[in-house]
Amino acid sequence: MSPAKITIKKNDNSLHITSSGDWFHQSIGTIYNQLKQFDINPQTLSVTWDFSSMEKLDTSGIMVIIEFMRRFDASRVTFTYVGMKPDHQRMFLFYRKNFINAIPNTTNKNSIFQIIGKAFINISQGFIEFNHFIGINAYQFWLSILRPSLFRFKAIIKHLSSSGLQALPIVGLTSFLVGLVIAYQSAEQLKQFGASIFIVEMVSISVFRELAPMISAIVVAGRSASAYTAEIGIMKITEEIDAMQTMGFEPHRFLVIPRIIALMLAMPLIIFFADMMGIFGGMLIAKGQLGLTFSEFIARLHTEVPIKHILIGLIKAPFFGLIIALIGCFRGFQVTGSTDSIGKYTTISVVNASFWVIAINALISVILTELGI
Amino acid sequence: MNATTKSIVEFKDIVTQFGPNRVHDGVSFTINQGEIYGLLGGSGAGKSTLLRQMIMLQEPASGIITVLGQKINSLSPSQIEALQLQWGVLFQFGALFSSLSVLENVSVTLKEYTKLPIEVINDIAHAKIKMVGLPPHAAYLYPSELSGGMKKRVGLARALAMDPKLLFLDEPTSGLDPASARAFDRLIIELKYMLNLTVVMVTHDLDSIEYALDRFIILHDKKVLIEGTMDDVHNSQHQALDTFFNKHKS
Ligand SMILES: Nc1ncnc2c1ncn2[C@@H]1O[C@H](COP(=O)(O)OP(=O)(O)O)[C@@H](O)[C@H]1O
Ligand SMILES: [Mg+2]
Repeated sequence: MSPAKITIKKNDNSLHITSSGDWFHQSIGTIYNQLKQFDINPQTLSVTWDFSSMEKLDTSGIMVIIEFMRRFDASRVTFTYVGMKPDHQRMFLFYRKNFINAIPNTTNKNSIFQIIGKAFINISQGFIEFNHFIGINAYQFWLSILRPSLFRFKAIIKHLSSSGLQALPIVGLTSFLVGLVIAYQSAEQLKQFGASIFIVEMVSISVFRELAPMISAIVVAGRSASAYTAEIGIMKITEEIDAMQTMGFEPHRFLVIPRIIALMLAMPLIIFFADMMGIFGGMLIAKGQLGLTFSEFIARLHTEVPIKHILIGLIKAPFFGLIIALIGCFRGFQVTGSTDSIGKYTTISVVNASFWVIAINALISVILTELGI
Repeated sequence: MNATTKSIVEFKDIVTQFGPNRVHDGVSFTINQGEIYGLLGGSGAGKSTLLRQMIMLQEPASGIITVLGQKINSLSPSQIEALQLQWGVLFQFGALFSSLSVLENVSVTLKEYTKLPIEVINDIAHAKIKMVGLPPHAAYLYPSELSGGMKKRVGLARALAMDPKLLFLDEPTSGLDPASARAFDRLIIELKYMLNLTVVMVTHDLDSIEYALDRFIILHDKKVLIEGTMDDVHNSQHQALDTFFNKHKS
């Protein structure tokens, strides 16, 4: 392939341009720059462009030719071209017919005030929409209470399995490791004070009250909030939700309520499992580092750690389940149009769910402490 | 056919098998330069599979496929890339990149594979968008804002971006109203003539078959029932042909 070439000859008040070689995209960039740097002299009256030794031509070559013809036209120069091969000429005329002076993109030009204003409106609208969403679901839930046959029991079971049962391995492993680490870090300190036996209270109270619930909630927020958003979002894109609506299947009753119920039921069970795994981690360290046997550990757990600590952890569980399912489903319904909005809303949903889990946990802790529990 | 015809795509004794299900059993045909060539047949006859084999998304169990003079089952990655730049594919539902605007969809290969200045790339993309019959403001829309017919036109503009010699279309007129479908046929014929294209299309549309196709094959019962022009079909007296055309007319 021979590269595109151009020679420009200046006479008194005329210009003679000759193109040769293959006017293909591989080498047309240099021609474009060469031509761009070339100023049309005001004395120039006519331009002749000779294409007879141009071998090949593609769209990029044609576009460069058209661009410069337009410049000649703009400076009121008489322009003629000669020697274009019939094939090239046909394509050239076709593209000249289809050339447009691209209109600039007028959308997406925002000043800083517009950006701030839009963000503010988005946030307040999101808040209103979320309340609206809660309202619809509360209403649908109420209808289902009045007529329990409206509950989708099969769907509830399915989500109990996928969001609850299948979360156990990862929640259990994480909680086990955290119990292990907590015990390991405190074992050294306690031994120095000769207070080894307090490892039991140390591990169990922190695991029961805070660690197991938080770990479970964060892991479930990551797993299930994202899954709910993606599932519902895809159903929106494929118009499945519209189809359901036309068939009289209220989407919130079919998609949201079962997920909320399943997660509210699953969370206490998941947290209880995480409690056990965390304690087990602590017991292993207590045995290894401090020589405390399993039965001594459990006996002390019985006598010294009130049941209320487990209950406090479990009391939070339904709230976590509720907020995770609500946010996951809400963001799913916000998906519109394109596939990349699924990614966007899935991310938002996980971030929101994790944040609200932590916020609710803090709120409950404050309330319980104020009540002296 | 005259002495100057050059074959662009050649299928020889293709056998395709999905598990126990044999879809093609010795399919052979030849597509010549400058033709609009149709792959016809009932639903599930294996038309899309043939098309997918041509563009290297799928491999036959046995047989030889030659595209643009190269046997495609023995190419190096760089040869594959060079070949892929010489064809354009319009998928049935457009398969547009939904995170990119129409302009970006059309210019994505130009940006990736050429070193052209951005002004020239935009000029090319705008011209291709106009060429397929879209209004100028469509350039800044996103795929989710387009109708089905517009998506197909954008898909066509994207397929044409790199000046391909060979254009593959999977059911280009399905899902379009009759007027739009005929307009699309006319567009394909005009583009073929203007840009020296060879066009391969899978179609069900009987009007397209009569109006746009130069030659075609009809797949039936794992084999090629007939290869030729509409006249060849009219002259032949095959039972299965009648059912094929009647089924489509009714
Ligand atoms: N990836 C695949 N796996 C298994 N079977 C397939 C696959 N793709 C196609 N088939 C089968 O091959 C046959 C032909 O399919 P296709 O080429 O899509 O037909 P059509 O002529 O309608 O386009 C069908 O019976 C289909 O079930
Ligand atoms: Mg098909």
